[in-house]
Amino acid sequence: MFNKDKWSEILESLTANPFRTVLTAFGVFWGIFILVLLLAAGNGLENGVRQGFSGIATNSMFMWSQTISKPYKGLPKGRRYNFETEDVQAVKDNVDGLKYVLPRNRLGGWGGANNVVRGLQTGAYTVNGDYPDIINQEPMDILEGRFINQNDIEERRKVAVIGKGVRDGLYKINEDIIGTYIKIQGVNFMVVGMYKKKSGMGRDAQEAQNTIFVPFTAFSQAFNTGDRVGWMAVTAKDGYSITNLKSEVFSVIKKRHKISPEDDRAIGNFDLYEQFKKISGLFTALNIVAYFVGILVLLSGVIGISNIMLITVKERTKEIGVRRALGATPWQIRGQVLLESIVLTLVSGMAGIAFASGLLAIVNSILPSASEADAEVMFLNPSVELSVIVTAMFILLFSGLLAGFIPAQNAIRIKPVDALRTE
Amino acid sequence: MIDIKDLHKSYQVGKNKLHVLKGINFHVEEGELVAIMGSSGSGKSTLLNILGILDEADEGSYHLDGTEIKNLTEKTAARYRNKFLGFIFQSFNLINYKSALDNVALPLFYQGMSGKERTARANDYLERVGLSDWATHLPNELSGGQKQRVAIARAMASHPKVLLADELTGALDSQTSYEIMDLIQKINDEGKTILVVTHEPDIAQMTKRIVNLKDGIIIDDKKIEQQKALANV
Ligand SMILES: Nc1ncnc2c1ncn2[C@@H]1O[C@H](COP(=O)(O)OP(=O)(O)O)[C@@H](O)[C@H]1O
Ligand SMILES: [Mg+2]
Repeated sequence: MFNKDKWSEILESLTANPFRTVLTAFGVFWGIFILVLLLAAGNGLENGVRQGFSGIATNSMFMWSQTISKPYKGLPKGRRYNFETEDVQAVKDNVDGLKYVLPRNRLGGWGGANNVVRGLQTGAYTVNGDYPDIINQEPMDILEGRFINQNDIEERRKVAVIGKGVRDGLYKINEDIIGTYIKIQGVNFMVVGMYKKKSGMGRDAQEAQNTIFVPFTAFSQAFNTGDRVGWMAVTAKDGYSITNLKSEVFSVIKKRHKISPEDDRAIGNFDLYEQFKKISGLFTALNIVAYFVGILVLLSGVIGISNIMLITVKERTKEIGVRRALGATPWQIRGQVLLESIVLTLVSGMAGIAFASGLLAIVNSILPSASEADAEVMFLNPSVELSVIVTAMFILLFSGLLAGFIPAQNAIRIKPVDALRTE
Repeated sequence: MIDIKDLHKSYQVGKNKLHVLKGINFHVEEGELVAIMGSSGSGKSTLLNILGILDEADEGSYHLDGTEIKNLTEKTAARYRNKFLGFIFQSFNLINYKSALDNVALPLFYQGMSGKERTARANDYLERVGLSDWATHLPNELSGGQKQRVAIARAMASHPKVLLADELTGALDSQTSYEIMDLIQKINDEGKTILVVTHEPDIAQMTKRIVNLKDGIIIDDKKIEQQKALANV
């Protein structure tokens, strides 16, 4: 069926009226062009946002204590309570499948007053008392020195790891920072390292570089927080879902603080996995919209081809009559019309894909690449996967068949004798 | 070669039935050159189309080279047309975007013949009609006579049993007509069975037998002394 003669037959009849052929092809070209661009745009947005999440352990959550909202065992509602360091151990001991349970205390942040002084420089920064493992949950690049370590925790060393933003605010451009001291709410800490956060977007991104990390134990001692724990960062092991383990973690806490098991407001939490899932769902929706719109545009192109093929078949009624008089079988006639339509659809479709890919290549060369992308980039590496191209090709093939079907049927509906009589 | 008995054909025209062929009995031996004559509208083309399996009779029987032609599927009909019949039309009916050579090769393509063989045979037939130098030309670069020669070459190329020509000189001046008839006579002399529909008496005289059609029946059927076309050129 796919021999050389068939192709030259098709080529001949397609080139018999090149201008019309090109015009017809444009419909499908445009349809697939739009489809590919829409899919790529969705992809780019997704890449951009995923980059924003990159490195963050998405299988984790933050939790903090809130006001108790239900009376329980004779205790009134409206009580306030705090997480304590023993809670951390209790959660670790009683809940299976957790990778990290990290306590954190915090000072300042989000538009707080100036709380850090170095010589004549002052600034308002977030100060986190953390455990070393936090770096695995919120990845950062250590640009100089080191991050806090277990010895710092055990010996309650007053050391600090500062963000790039803190360095810019408190130090001169070429000044050495390692070994210098900064005063946090009147307490001296020695700077041992500087980091740059990998992820975050917009204001978050800025905030992320404006944080100072100190050992949790040193923080408790320096700022008199005792056993209190402001936050807990809980990460589930691979293969476990933090969203599923959440309630177990909460019940351990509730039991220890005599909180009603039904009290949903006593513990606040921010579940990264849930957030991540919501965003993923958004992208699925975007993809569906892209397919929907793209296929509709493509469909109009297909209808265009079908229309022109109908006209062509009608115009060539006599020629078809002649061919049948010379011995063409109905399937040979039908096949030619179908193949013509498929070839037209595929070629224009491939041109559409090629043009769209070309455009994407240009866009990609202008947009910053993943490695140099700043945290603020919302749009990254818009591209379509090979599978999408393959899908598009199948859609095209099917469209071509669809477009050619009615014209092909029309081509043989008329009797040879009547076909020959038409002028 | 051709044997038809009591053939009827009518057309539906609006609410009325137009009875065009009202019982035709007709027999053609191999190697004959027959003219079918009659005034315009007498049903000559209708008869020829039925003989060419382009149309079907309402009643009666038709045998072509011993094969009964009846209730054929379109596929079989196509095969028979390709194998048994060669058509020559008044308006040539060449495919205008194909070269002379490709036009001649087209029936061979539908026969499934390989490209090389096809070209060789098409060239051979173009040469026989004296157009080897025009093989690559498109139909619109050819004169009427040349086009008809290409059409004759095309009709011959598939080695049909019968050539059917409907007013093959109708679009040509008399000089060219005679040249074409000369070609037809030569092909017939080689043994090919040929049926020619015409309403021109001088053309009919160049065949070997004239069948006269009137009001849907054959009113006259006689062998004649063939007039050589070359004598008129
Ligand atoms: N498809 C058709 N539908 C209706 N009438 C037709 C059709 N084909 C031919 N006729 C009529 O049948 C008659 C015979 O036509 P035709 O065989 O073409 O005559 P001829 O070739 O002898 O001039 C004419 O009156 C013509 O109008
Ligand atoms: Mg006629």
